[in-house]
Amino acid sequence: MQVNEYKPKIVAFCCNWCSYAGADGAGSARLAYPAEVKIIRVPCSCRVNPMFILRAFQRGADGVIIAGCHPGDCHYTSGNYFTRRRMALLFSMLDYLGIERERTRVEWISAAEGAKFSKTMSEFAATVASLGENKRLEDLRCKQ
Amino acid sequence: MQAMMEKRAKELLADGTVNRVLGWSAGEFPYDITPAVFETAKELEDAFVYNDFCAANLSKYLVKESRKEGKILVFLKPCDTYSFNQLLAEHRILRENIYVIGVPCYGKADVEKLKAMGIEGITGIVMQNGTYTVETVYGDQTVKAADAMAERCLSCKSKKHVVYDELLGDEGEVDADCNRFDMVEKLEAMTPDERFAFWRGELSRCIRCNACRNVCPACTCEQCVFDNPNSGVSQKAAVTSFEENLFHIIRAFHVAGRCTDCGECSRVCPQHIPLHLLNRKFIKDINEFYGDYQAGADPEAKPPLGTYDKADREAGEGGRH
Repeated sequence: MQVNEYKPKIVAFCCNWCSYAGADGAGSARLAYPAEVKIIRVPCSCRVNPMFILRAFQRGADGVIIAGCHPGDCHYTSGNYFTRRRMALLFSMLDYLGIERERTRVEWISAAEGAKFSKTMSEFAATVASLGENKRLEDLRCKQ
Repeated sequence: MQAMMEKRAKELLADGTVNRVLGWSAGEFPYDITPAVFETAKELEDAFVYNDFCAANLSKYLVKESRKEGKILVFLKPCDTYSFNQLLAEHRILRENIYVIGVPCYGKADVEKLKAMGIEGITGIVMQNGTYTVETVYGDQTVKAADAMAERCLSCKSKKHVVYDELLGDEGEVDADCNRFDMVEKLEAMTPDERFAFWRGELSRCIRCNACRNVCPACTCEQCVFDNPNSGVSQKAAVTSFEENLFHIIRAFHVAGRCTDCGECSRVCPQHIPLHLLNRKFIKDINEFYGDYQAGADPEAKPPLGTYDKADREAGEGGRH
């Protein structure tokens, strides 16, 4: 018998230099993270523009997480500091519009933190799963 | 004031300081006053006006006008001077081609407020001593100017010009407690569900006319992200709720830290969507997160999103974001 268990779709924007390598590290260390997490590699966390996040929701994501180098460790010196300001404002705006604040998140994960990657993704997937499907930022045209 | 401005404009045209004047021109009705460029004294005499219905912020027109030949005279109200400074800081206007005359503003009138009072068929408005005598096809009506004042002017942040070459009339003051964030705070105090319902009610009226974008002095990109056919936005009204959310979030985000809170977006919205509440949310957040910042107050100031501090808060930190 098939059980239709709800699995949230999660998009993770991972910076090439830290978090993407962190995901690699998680794999090498055989640390599991939910298969619903789809990683998109970006050169730096500050490459993520607010449109990326909204469009991820449009195309069916239930949660979006941005992972980058720890503040001070950016490959480009200061990219993640800009990410932090932008996302603080964007997340605040989403909350202001009544969109669940738990659906978006920024996390700093270094290349050495495979364990943190696996833990963060599992936690985030569980949080998003408890919120259920993304209804407030869905695009009916993109529904199958 | 209008006579004084017209006289000064004619003088500056006559002595060759400027070759054009950017001001307001009378329209078909007393309340539909539009921005216009005047080139001769005759044109000024025919159409130039300055009264409580001259609400348009003229600074954005300078992006194109200041690149034309010769110097242009522009009349700026206090709140317009902030936009002017912001455009200057972003190198969007050429200062050497502009002669700025600061003109006082005591709050602009909103014809929608007159219409809401049941006044219809307006043929003329006489403005004197804080009262409007509205001439309509059904007879005259007297209205207090304060009752017809535009919403944005009720919480005016500053009556002081931050930039000018010459000032006509009296200089006003910056109003630190103008309570312009009252409505934002009210919304923040609601539950997410209430906020979502509120914004659905407002944003679902959007007809995607782009008037808010086109009038905004901070929206001056030559190529707009919303005009990109690959942007995933169909530029149509009422396609899905996502389209509306996306447009308004991104529009407000793109001017975050640069919006001077002039209120033009809400003024021009044909659907009366309170767009300034989105901009003000960003202004309020920036003030709270990164210290008080007023875009346009100082053209040398570092923009809040173009700089950072190592001790900045984390995204999503705090009780509420």
